Amino acid sequence: MDSASAPPPPMPSEVPRGEDALHGERMVINMGPSHPSTHGVLRLVLTLDGEVVKAVQPHVGYLHRGMEKIAENMTYHQFIPYTDRLDYLAPLSNNVAYVLAVEKLMGITVPPRAQVIRVICCEIARISAHLLWLGTGALDLGAATVFFHTFRERETLYNIIESLTGTRLTTTYTRVGGLMNDLPAGWTGQVRSFVEAFPKALDELDALLTGNRIWMKRTQGIGRIGAAQAIGLGLTGPNLRGCGVAYDVRKTEPYSGYEAYEFEVPIGSEGDAYDRYLVRLAEMRQSSRILDQALRMLPEGPINIDDPKVILPKKDRVLTKMEELIEQFMIVTEGFKPPAGEIYHAIEAPKGELGFYLRSEGGKSPYRLKIRSPSFISLQAIETMAVGGLLSDLIAVVASLDPVMGEVDR
Amino acid sequence: MPLKGTPVKRAAHAGLLAATYLPSILKGMWITLRHIFRRKVTMQYPEETWKLPDNYRGLPALVRDDQARVKCVACFLCEYVCPPKAIHIEAQEIPTGVEKGPKVFDINMLRCIMCGYCEEVCPEQAIFLTKEYTTVGVNREEMIYHKDRLLEMGGIRPDPIKKWAHLTAEAGSGTHR
Repeated sequence: MDSASAPPPPMPSEVPRGEDALHGERMVINMGPSHPSTHGVLRLVLTLDGEVVKAVQPHVGYLHRGMEKIAENMTYHQFIPYTDRLDYLAPLSNNVAYVLAVEKLMGITVPPRAQVIRVICCEIARISAHLLWLGTGALDLGAATVFFHTFRERETLYNIIESLTGTRLTTTYTRVGGLMNDLPAGWTGQVRSFVEAFPKALDELDALLTGNRIWMKRTQGIGRIGAAQAIGLGLTGPNLRGCGVAYDVRKTEPYSGYEAYEFEVPIGSEGDAYDRYLVRLAEMRQSSRILDQALRMLPEGPINIDDPKVILPKKDRVLTKMEELIEQFMIVTEGFKPPAGEIYHAIEAPKGELGFYLRSEGGKSPYRLKIRSPSFISLQAIETMAVGGLLSDLIAVVASLDPVMGEVDR
Repeated sequence: MPLKGTPVKRAAHAGLLAATYLPSILKGMWITLRHIFRRKVTMQYPEETWKLPDNYRGLPALVRDDQARVKCVACFLCEYVCPPKAIHIEAQEIPTGVEKGPKVFDINMLRCIMCGYCEEVCPEQAIFLTKEYTTVGVNREEMIYHKDRLLEMGGIRPDPIKKWAHLTAEAGSGTHR
């Protein structure tokens, strides 16, 4: 199927003899779609000259589910579970990104308590996504211990997510105009103890890798990309900040009250895999700082807006009162109808700028929904980063880009 | 105002000793070995099982009220809202009480994503997500849970709000299946 539909990159007809290792005899091989270090179903068609990568062509689409089209046939609420399955390492931040886009379309601002809880959710998602990246990235490069340490920390976070949302992975936690449920009793204490213990665990990971000569050799100078090139390719998130560009949607276009938090935007200098590693490591510390501040400022109050046309009525009223029963049926079957128009809203997801473009024609479903997923755009940079390097360095490049195929293919 | 970033500190290759890789290896070993004396975090599944939170979202099930009556009134709201279209309902007339009930209530557990929307929208509190998360079947038909099986899974869940109290008093002790 693949060879027929997508021919491999053309080989250069004239390769000067003696210049390349195998006298210019190139080999075209597949890496993936099921390769342990492509983190999902990414297929890379490599043109190799011995061990040297001459061309990389990423092939995507193995996880395509047609989500954007699915959204056109359901109410705005019904799409929320689908966002869990974009970047499945940070479902909470996808939930937040989607509902913020719908709320922007409808001109809704959620109550302060919901905003702070959403920030907490986003930062928990960021830490857990970065931890997974660090563990698997290090595992790809042969440092297996780190994987176990990060998964231990991640487990704590998943317990926290589980007690908040009822599930570990497919959270579906946010609602347009608020949240699924308020914080369960004792939940802030759980997060608090994580925030207190986490920097120490991070120090340990830092000590294992940052100054480790093997790690430095495998990542320093590998997969280098310049700031101008990175901007040209549309890279965002840690991949862009690794090149020294200070761009963070939380700072440049604050949402959900991010302007109230104090945190730094770590940037790299060389734009190599090592810088991207350091940036993510520093981001976890900053996220932990934000969590600490959010827990301190968490206000009391409602979590949902007071709008019976958007928010489902309380269950006891639904059971006993006619008006609320009708509202319940109307919201579920007819949904709410945002005014006609189009908006784009982006958040700083763990992988970069996650944006939702929504176009409404005034109906209960979006006329068009487009997801700007950071991982998809990151994949474009593989060629720039990996060509000319060794095959083993390609693994480091893919790992340092942190693509998640659920988000790439949608 | 351009955003100001905080540059990260890069470690540099330091000296001859580091070039032997020994300090890195020993430091790594030291950190790893210290973990032997820490509390174990591994869980021996299936001997030990996970403690689930109260709001855990497992397989959905139908419930009966404290008089063992089927609570579902076949309003089709859950079928409508279900994002993956896992629920199939056929309604029937029933002689007493609420007049309408499900003849067929199937949930395709292969499609169900346990999002909890059915529980959220149910105007009768008749469908709940249980704490059941292990499910197995040898073919696809087996994974379509029918009404009886769903009711068995859900069991009896007494109503917090007795909304039919006055109606059932009028209609006598009507029970329906």
